[in-house]
Amino acid sequence: MNARREVVLWIAQRATAAILALCVIVHLATIVYAVRGGLSAAEILGRTRGNFWWAGFYCVFVLAAAVHGAVGLRAIAAEWLGLRGALAEWAMTIVGVVLVITGLRAVVAVVGA
Amino acid sequence: MRPTRNHAAWWAFIVHRVSGVALAVFLPVHFWALGTALRGEGALGEFLRWSEQPMVIAAEWALIVLLAAHLAGGLRILALEFLPWRDWQKTLAAGAAAFAIVAGLVFALAR
Amino acid sequence: MDVKVWRGGAAGAYQSFEVPRRESQTVLDVVTYIQRHLDPTLSYRFACRVGMCGSCAMTVNGAPRWTCRTHVDKVAAGGTLEIAPLANLPIVKDLVADMREFFDKWARARGQFAPGATPRGEFAAVRPDSRERREADAGIECIGCGVCYAACDVVAWNRDYLGPAALNRAWTLVNDVRDGGQAARLAAVSGDAGCHSCHTLMACTELCPKKLSPTRSIAGLKRATARYALTNRDDGE
Repeated sequence: MNARREVVLWIAQRATAAILALCVIVHLATIVYAVRGGLSAAEILGRTRGNFWWAGFYCVFVLAAAVHGAVGLRAIAAEWLGLRGALAEWAMTIVGVVLVITGLRAVVAVVGA
Repeated sequence: MRPTRNHAAWWAFIVHRVSGVALAVFLPVHFWALGTALRGEGALGEFLRWSEQPMVIAAEWALIVLLAAHLAGGLRILALEFLPWRDWQKTLAAGAAAFAIVAGLVFALAR
Repeated sequence: MDVKVWRGGAAGAYQSFEVPRRESQTVLDVVTYIQRHLDPTLSYRFACRVGMCGSCAMTVNGAPRWTCRTHVDKVAAGGTLEIAPLANLPIVKDLVADMREFFDKWARARGQFAPGATPRGEFAAVRPDSRERREADAGIECIGCGVCYAACDVVAWNRDYLGPAALNRAWTLVNDVRDGGQAARLAAVSGDAGCHSCHTLMACTELCPKKLSPTRSIAGLKRATARYALTNRDDGE
């Protein structure tokens, strides 16, 4: 793990943090709005189905969250579980990939017709 | 409480880390729940009806607070690392806590 | 007053001593009293005893402090005092910690000046009110006492972490416009062993007896290393 790679991981974490800040504010506002009067599948899907903007927004959200979460968990695994080296790098990559795949599947689920 | 830990910045750190782990664990569950819509609106609706029970609503509320706390704590870190240094970081930590509480209240009232 | 003092090495134990309370007594006074009157085999470090050298740093009731500058009245709530060597460092004996890894990390962080090209004039002109010099001056007073290193949780969790003092010193040199080894230094302070493992816990800033802020310096290193990585393709070695 060379110095340059570690700096790039840090930059990725902070950059996705900034992106997520915007996404989360939108998401929190959406949640509060959507939750009034109870949650219904019809109301949620009525908003998202076939909507290009929501699709784009949630794709960005998923990708940023996957990178941010994977890099963050890597640090925690190293410091609190003593997990370091090649194994840790693979674990971080797998976490990121799993989040991307399950996340994009969820986006397709709510946006697809 | 160890004396090297009993200060605002340390609390900000631990809340940020614990909330991050909780959210990371929650996310796949959240994605799976939304994924039920692949089987049609009925499947998602069934899940939402299941989630109306008090325990789940309480858990949702906790997640909202954790999300708000993680966001606020993260903004604090971005401020510390990228803005010119000022000595009022303690205020940032307190502000982050306040934001999380407000978010929780707003959600609780809306629900 | 009941005083518990760490005896032995890592596998040692606390030993209790009964020490008379005095007015304006410092923790160093207490340790000195024990060694002179109660147990001459007690080992501890001190030098100036007036808050200038940092040699007397120990763990007092759980927090690393300069014992010569710590009044018993301020820390011995309930009349008990617990004194141990600095945390995060191997113990030599009793209250003496092995500072070698602390200074080794200082060197690994390239915490020493690297001469650059000879300037055209007789000497390099460094304005004291320039932005870089003000940044360097904010951290330059470090005397390497180890209190920040002992206070830092990340040092405890990550054996390779260079620590607040070494990184703070590296930052002062990053801001030294005469220095010629910036690329290598930025590489040295990058990554999991370097500045990127700082999670702004700020125990260092809370406890530094010279009121320095290693967190501030490390934030500067994060920006400097990111800027370098984004504008250069090499590893900086």
